[in-house]
This record gives sequence, structure tokens and C-alpha cells, in this order.
Amino acid sequence: MHNLTLAQQLQALAAGEFSSVELTQHYINRIESHQDSLNAFITFTPERALEEAQRADQRSTDKPLLNGIPLALKDIFCTQGVKTSCASKMLDNFIAPYDATVVTKLQQAGAVSLGKTNMDEFAMGSSSESSYYGDVKNPWDLSRVPGGSSGGSAVAVSARLASASMGTDTGGSIRQPAAFCGITGLKPTYGRVSRYGMIAYASSLDQAGPFGVSALDCAYLLQATAGHDAKDSTSVDQPVDEYTANINEDIRGLRIGLPEEFFQEGLDADIRAKIDAACDQLRELGCVIKPISLPNAKLAIAAYYVIAPAECSSNLSRFDGVRFGYRCEDPVDLADLYSRSRSEAFGPEVKRRIMVGAYALSAGYYDAYYLRAQKIRRLISEDYQKAFAEVDVVLSPTTPTTAFKTNEKVDDPITMYLSDIYTIGVNLAGLPGISIPVGFSQKLPVGMQMVSTYFSEDTLLRIAHQFQQHTDWHLQTPAEFE
Amino acid sequence: MALTTAEILNIAKLARLHVEESELVDYQQDLSAILGFVEQMEQVNVDGVEPMAHPQDMSQSLREDVVTESDQRERFQSIAPATANGLYLVPKVIE
Repeated sequence: MHNLTLAQQLQALAAGEFSSVELTQHYINRIESHQDSLNAFITFTPERALEEAQRADQRSTDKPLLNGIPLALKDIFCTQGVKTSCASKMLDNFIAPYDATVVTKLQQAGAVSLGKTNMDEFAMGSSSESSYYGDVKNPWDLSRVPGGSSGGSAVAVSARLASASMGTDTGGSIRQPAAFCGITGLKPTYGRVSRYGMIAYASSLDQAGPFGVSALDCAYLLQATAGHDAKDSTSVDQPVDEYTANINEDIRGLRIGLPEEFFQEGLDADIRAKIDAACDQLRELGCVIKPISLPNAKLAIAAYYVIAPAECSSNLSRFDGVRFGYRCEDPVDLADLYSRSRSEAFGPEVKRRIMVGAYALSAGYYDAYYLRAQKIRRLISEDYQKAFAEVDVVLSPTTPTTAFKTNEKVDDPITMYLSDIYTIGVNLAGLPGISIPVGFSQKLPVGMQMVSTYFSEDTLLRIAHQFQQHTDWHLQTPAEFE
Repeated sequence: MALTTAEILNIAKLARLHVEESELVDYQQDLSAILGFVEQMEQVNVDGVEPMAHPQDMSQSLREDVVTESDQRERFQSIAPATANGLYLVPKVIE
């Protein structure tokens, strides 16, 4: 059952080949077998999942879009009655008192939730090594990282522990782990999916999105979760396209641009070769490929590591040991309560980013750091807008290398930051981006990123779907998890 | 960009974080390296560029000023570290 795509499982459920309870139990068994080696989940909720599956099986008419499909959710989405930790000691005791809109929408769509997946603490990281609950392993090579921050959600799909999953992407946290784990991951346009109930890291960059085996599977999850939400003032009131119904539309004549800045030094030669081969495939499918330029792209990481920490220092000020979450023992006064609760419960990378943000926003430094970063953000966004006057899609590798070794970069924050070089500008501009598997380099998956203009997720999904109709990279599974 | 230990302590105070004496050097190195890295933002001329705070440059949407949520104090306080009589408890602030 787990070797079927989500779309195939929906057909099999409809045809009565198996029930949602059977499918859910199958994934429960797989999660139990592989949790020790992969550590993909923080909270596993099998009883709840089976109850939801039973309810799905009992629906005889008007079955919703994802009826009976077992999913895994990043532990950043508040789930009422279930621990929602954001992989932090700060929220180790936090039982969410309400549901995120993404959770509500997936429930309305009839999906089953298997549990909450592991991640970098507060979504700050590119390797899923900073979790309070231990690091996540890459199913293709257990000595390597799965990428981050949504590493557990990517692994859940890659190792076939769930039909699909949801993650969040602030600087590449869906696309980079999708690339490292050999699956499809979509970061929608900023504002396309509600952020309500999604624990905030950098609010002007955060966006939720799906992981799936295929682009079509991601289209199903986007269909179920996209849309305006009055509870998120930054969600955009714009009609939701028919992602699944229109995914077969023709892609001939679409113009694809390769930014010269993303094919220079630092890019692994073998990854470059896989991207070239994928471009040849897209040419055969009728796309037109041409060079473009994103001259300010090289400044994206610098601007991001001012803007994201600044927003994080503001957002994480809510964790004060008073209303919820961790509280230190025997505080002597209020200042001690705040500073000791926070210092004892936040991990090193979270503290680093809070400190950088507090500095960048402090009196005398605001103009040199935060304001300048926001101006560069404008330049990066304008580069993309100029590109979209010439092409429909901007294509590049998702990452400069394949999955790196556990502990390889953990002591060197800047080297870790550089692994997001191709993905981070997309968040600054607020654009949609997708990563799809395009081959292997020394037995590790290679991902290709495509980016298009605001609210054109349908274009990305169509191209990815056509590519996947003519290739089978996305159907490869790691040997130990077949 | 090298931060002094006094600057680290001041940043920690602003961020309401407690930094141990033994951690000061690590913070000094890491934060100085990160700030040094972001200095490359100075390579580009940003004169006259409008800062971009939000991807869609949207204005904040407004709604009628009416009550939309019910009172769920007990439910929300059930996850608080310390409460009494419907109030959150903190250490004494004023003697």
C-alpha cells in the first residue's frame, strides 16, 4: 500500500481495494518499525489516527477530497489536545488549546493525522539536528541529515511512513529537505496558506506547504489547505486555482530561465549535470530554456540573516514563562523569571538568532542592518519581477550539494546558512517554489527548484507533473524502506 | 565586526536571555562572525530604494470592532505554569 502515491491510494480507497483503517494501520506499523532509526516523529498519535480512519471509512456519500488519507504534520502546527512542541524544550509541556487553520482544513478534507514530525527547534536550521528530541536521519543514508527545518516531514514521505505531509518554509525549509530526501516539496506564495496556529518564526517569510511523492500529491494537499483566512491578516483573499483538475494542461511553449548566478562556483558538478539533463527533458516536453540574471541574488543570505533573526527576536519574546511553556524553578524576580526560563529552554541556534535580531533592531544599528536588509529585499524581489517579464519559471538546483553528514556543519552557523543559497531569495520575494527529484549523485537524491510568479502554483505543479510523467526519479525509494 | 563582551551582555539583556560567563567567548565569536558575514550587504548601493517589509506590499486588512471569540480563560489558563483566581502568577514585582 505504501508504494502507491496519494493519488493512487485515493483511487484504491474509492474502489474498496483497502480501507482507511487498513492503510492507517499499515503506516502505524511502519512508523513503529522505523522510528528508532529515523526519529522522524516527536509525537505519534496512533489511536487518534485509527479513530479518524474509522470515521473516514464510515462516510459513504459526499466524501471529502482527502478522505481517509494518513498524513504527518510538522510539529509547528497547533493541534488541539496534542503536544505541539516546535521541537523545543520551551514547549515540551505545551498541549495546544486550539487547531491551526491548516489542521482544521485537513480534518475537513477527511485526512487522518498520524502524528507530529520532528524538525529544527522553532524551524531555525537546515539539517533537523537542533531538535530538543534528537536529530532526524536521512533514509537514503542514515549517517546524513535529511535537511531542515521540516526534516521529519520530508523523511515521513521519503521512507513511506505517511501518504504525504505538511511542513513550513521560511528560507528553504520545505524545498531543501525535499531535495535531500528525494521527494517533491512545494512552498506556496506568501499568504496562500493560512499561518493561523502555525508557531511563528519570521512572520513576513513563513509559509506552510506540502511534501508528497509526486507533484500531483502535493496538488491535493495544496487544494485542501490554500485559501483566505480571516484569522490570518496576511493571508491573501484571492481565488484558489483548480490545482488537481488542471495539472494535465499543456506546458509546451512555457519559457524557463536559468539564472547564471546559480550555476557558478560552489555548485557540485554532478548536480549541475543532473540539472542539465532535466532541462533537456523539459525541452523535449516543449519548454523553451534561456539564460537570465538575478544580479542581487548573492546578497539574499545576508539580508535573510538580518530580517529573519529580527522577526524571530520579536516573535519569540512571547515565551516568557508566564502564560504557557517552560518556567524556571524558583525565580527570584520577574527579570530572573524571563531570562532564566528562556535561557534554560531555548537551544543554542535559537538563542543566537534572537541575539542577532535584538542587536540588529537595537538603537543605533537599525538603519545599518534591518533597514538596509529590507532595501536589499526589494532589489532581490525586483530581480525576480524583471525575470518574469521574460520567462514563466526560474529554474536552478535546489541545493549546491546533496545531503551532508550529521555533525558536519553544526558548529559553524555560517556554513550551515550557505546551504540555503538557492532557496532563500524566494522567501524574501514571497514567491512560490517547488523542488522535485531529478536524479542521484553517489546514491543521494538531487533536487531541482522551479520558481514562478505570485499565485502561479498551478504552473509549477503542471511542469513538475509533466516531468514526472516522463521520468521515475520521484518513485525511487531508499532501499531499507521499500 | 567584533563585539565586546560588554556588548554581548547588553544584547543578552535586551533579549531577556541569561548568558553564563563561560558562554561569553562563544557568543562573541559566533555573533561577530554572523554580523561580519551580513556586512556584505554594504556591497550594493541602496540609495532611494524603498524598504520592503512584506512580499505583497499589502495594507493591513481591517474588520469591524466586534467580539468574535468567546471567553475561554479557564481552558487557556489550564496550560499556564502558575495561576490563581483566574490570574497568572509571577514573582513579586513591587515590594
